[in-house]
Amino acid sequence: MRQIEYEIINTVEKLFADKKIDIFIGYKKGTLSLQTSPYFLSEQDDVRKLVWNSFCSNNLAVFIPRIIPNSKSKESKPVGILCKGCDSRSLVGLIKEKQINRDNLFIIGISCPGIVDRRKILSRLDGKEIIGIDEDADSIVVKLKDGEKRFEKEEYLCESCLNCAHPTPSIYDVLIRGAVYSLQAITPDPITKDFSSKPREERWKIFETEVSKCIRCYACRDACPNCYCKECFAEQTKPQWLGVSKGLSEVIFYHIVRILHQAGRCVDCGACVRACPMDINLRLFTRVMVDEVKERFGYEPGISLKDTPPLATFSADDKQEFMTEPE
Amino acid sequence: MKQSDNKTIRRSDDKTNYEPKIVAFLCNWCSYAGADLAGVSRFQYPPNIRVIRVPCSGRINPLYIIKALQSGVDGVLVSGCHPGDCHYISGNLFARRKFALMKKFLDYLGIEPERVQFSWVSAAEGARFAEIIKKVTNDIKKLGPLTYFRKDFEKTGKVL
Repeated sequence: MRQIEYEIINTVEKLFADKKIDIFIGYKKGTLSLQTSPYFLSEQDDVRKLVWNSFCSNNLAVFIPRIIPNSKSKESKPVGILCKGCDSRSLVGLIKEKQINRDNLFIIGISCPGIVDRRKILSRLDGKEIIGIDEDADSIVVKLKDGEKRFEKEEYLCESCLNCAHPTPSIYDVLIRGAVYSLQAITPDPITKDFSSKPREERWKIFETEVSKCIRCYACRDACPNCYCKECFAEQTKPQWLGVSKGLSEVIFYHIVRILHQAGRCVDCGACVRACPMDINLRLFTRVMVDEVKERFGYEPGISLKDTPPLATFSADDKQEFMTEPE
Repeated sequence: MKQSDNKTIRRSDDKTNYEPKIVAFLCNWCSYAGADLAGVSRFQYPPNIRVIRVPCSGRINPLYIIKALQSGVDGVLVSGCHPGDCHYISGNLFARRKFALMKKFLDYLGIEPERVQFSWVSAAEGARFAEIIKKVTNDIKKLGPLTYFRKDFEKTGKVL
């Protein structure tokens, strides 16, 4: 881990020295333990503050469409960005949807060993105060006031990392190789398979219980690189699709439409799940679209810059078994 | 609220008297004309549908369908031109992909697949249009009113 961190710092330092980029997006130590913050640095800032550990959970691609105008002038330099496998898949999506020009990016790819789910660890600490954290290749040591606790990384990874098919970035300018959490990715994902085998009423009950926790903070939307609409349907006022209450009906409506907007675009990075303050298991519902798109259209978002997004194209012989025919 | 209570007595819990409300989004160039043909040819079909004319089935945003269900209808039908016959060349083929994903997703969440249906009806198929409306209405009648995420249901706690 340390080794990789040094490598990142050296690469970024060199990029600034060679005047290749004028801004870099990475991670720095978070204000809370078990967390990191996104770090935007320019040449004057301290490169040594950059970190790389198992808690670099934000999908940094989210900042790209929001802070960098697509029509960047030719003289300005590209933006440097640190990308895990999933971040780079998001960037591929953004490039394809013409939100950013590939030439405006300098991507430092990093093969990702998986992100540790901070909540899984916190649930084992019984609310005790954390004094420090140490990390080695396979485990995380949390120091508490009365001793320390060791956690095997493999058991505490995020759900989306457990079934990650592409931990190595699909596009990059420089690749920093490191340990990769290797596990055969399964489609359809076991959680969706298990969920769809339940009876209908139970499925709806689970969905309702999950989303009823929602407080409409829109953190899931704001953490998602795919949600770059200038005006979101949830906040539109003419027409106003959605009321402002956090009543169940509105919340259900919001989540169904948000997930449908992600169909064929979601790269299953898990950023929405980690951003949710209410711990809604959003992945249970977003993942099914990923699997369905793969099965139906043979398309995996974020893998290649060449293929067309599934909903931006069609084939004359797409399956239509779901259409209603008269009896 | 009281006034509308009287108006909506037909939406009672009593399943035998229950008449579903169905919104039908019909493509201007085919299904809408198909409905017209069904009318002039005097094919009988249940009066449960409320037609909304749209320029193309590709114009339908899944948002509209969910919004309709939330606002108090029991089912939605979207009907467009047969593949290959689109007035705008390929609108219905794009729509077909969207619908496929939407249908799968609603089913996955636990919403009965019969609540949201899609069909192809051309301007020459008045009889087919009548048959499809019969089928959709029957399907939704069997399911009963949609209660679980309607807005008014949430407020009053009962089916109006």
